[in-house]
Amino acid sequence: MKLRIEVVAIDSLMVRLFDAIDEANMPWMLAASQRLSAAFGTQLVDLVPSYTTLMVQFAMSPGQARALITQALEGLQPDTGSGGRRHEIPVWYDASVGPELPVLAARSGLGEQEVVRLHSEREYPVFALGFAPGFGFMGLVDERLASPRLSTPRKRVAAGSVGIAERQTAAYPAVSPGGWNLIGRTPVRLFDREREGYSLLQPGDRVRFVAVSHAEFMALGGDDSPLEALA
Amino acid sequence: MTQLRIEASTALCQLQDAGRFGVRHLGVTQGGALDWVAMNWANWLLGNPLGAPVVEVALGGFTVVAEQDCVLALAGADLDARVDDQPQLAWRSFTLAKGQRLSLKQPKHGVRAYIAAPGGFQGGVVLGSCATVTREGLGGLDGHGVALGKGQLLAFAATLPALREVPDALRPSYPHKPVLDLVMGAQIGDFSGMSLFEAFNSDWTLDSRADRMGIRLLGPQLVYQGAPMISEGIALGAVQVPPDGQPIVLLNDRQTIGGYPRLGALTPLALAQLAQCMPGEAVRFRAVVQEEAWRQQQAYLNRWR
Repeated sequence: MKLRIEVVAIDSLMVRLFDAIDEANMPWMLAASQRLSAAFGTQLVDLVPSYTTLMVQFAMSPGQARALITQALEGLQPDTGSGGRRHEIPVWYDASVGPELPVLAARSGLGEQEVVRLHSEREYPVFALGFAPGFGFMGLVDERLASPRLSTPRKRVAAGSVGIAERQTAAYPAVSPGGWNLIGRTPVRLFDREREGYSLLQPGDRVRFVAVSHAEFMALGGDDSPLEALA
Repeated sequence: MTQLRIEASTALCQLQDAGRFGVRHLGVTQGGALDWVAMNWANWLLGNPLGAPVVEVALGGFTVVAEQDCVLALAGADLDARVDDQPQLAWRSFTLAKGQRLSLKQPKHGVRAYIAAPGGFQGGVVLGSCATVTREGLGGLDGHGVALGKGQLLAFAATLPALREVPDALRPSYPHKPVLDLVMGAQIGDFSGMSLFEAFNSDWTLDSRADRMGIRLLGPQLVYQGAPMISEGIALGAVQVPPDGQPIVLLNDRQTIGGYPRLGALTPLALAQLAQCMPGEAVRFRAVVQEEAWRQQQAYLNRWR
């Protein structure tokens, strides 16, 4: 880890901890987030974690903020225990709600069952939330599942759609445009104002997708309307 | 409780306030008034907290009728405001009697006007703010991110504050071709020397592709020579440069993280000025350093202290 502090805006500094996306970054990122939150207290306006960086927005002079960041992160140790909740997210993997499932299966030569097995086998860290409220960027998926984004994004992707882009995976919290390769759908509400904290996922959480049958999906409150119904 | 009934509105007439904070890690954007200076003045005129909920009207097309006698305040762009048929000047509070109509018709100078009411308009507070963010379905009157619509009621406290005006010397002007201060960011050295010269010495024209997420600017093509970036947090006012070399200024409803290189970020005062520029208008950038921009901002905020 090589710490750099960079100017981004009048009241914001970027704390750069790493240069590449790596699961091994996450315990460091969590520890740094916690230390910065504690050090800035009420003078922390916002903290935006991403794969390799933490953007700190503050209510103090930039000089003071820079000094405080340096001080807060001195002797940083990775957070290997406390941080990050674990989630199991049920997914109905099916071509009717995940039209790229057969495409990925054919392109990789693995077959649909093997694609599902590989996708649901790993536990993925949540690297960052972005794009939309509750949208967690997770990864990395098995290299054989890596797929470029669709050349033309869909205008409407159903809420709960589970997709792959390059070696990342995610579930869409709400209906939105989207260019990820869809392979299934979850009945879980990822962003729910009835839930404490609203978002199911937080950066640093760990997620395993669990394959469920159509009947289980429906019993969990899933909506099996085919994607075309939205178009 | 006092109410205004909305008789005409558009998708660009929305309940806004100072925005949402402390929630960016959930992927939730900031939202809030694009011209925060005008919002602050509208609220100041009524003795409200400066970030209290206001109605942001872009370009006009907004009419309300008073259900009871009330006092309102208007600040920001000249959108040809009328009370019934009489012109209503901005930068002051005024009385709207029961049955009288306030309409903001069309842009004459500037783009966005702000209407404030005593104590602030009531809205659906979500994650600490009632700022309307349509894309996220958050805020607004009912909390679900819907713009103001005909037939809806805007409610606020039934007090009648003394009428005031913003002192002439303190009113923002909306000059032709404003110069926008840009805090230089860390990637600025990764643009070609020629691009940097052009960034700060050319006119940049506002494209029609402009909304509350961002405003595209047209001008010389800027060339980024650095390595591809990993997505990272995006600050308000960030001037990002996608591969086509035409910068985009990211505004209140921007996505929270992104991976395009940035020249830096406009200052809050520059953003307030930009919010009053029409597509087709030209702006210029002036490079400033962070610490100096911060001091100027603190000095400017003193006018409300």
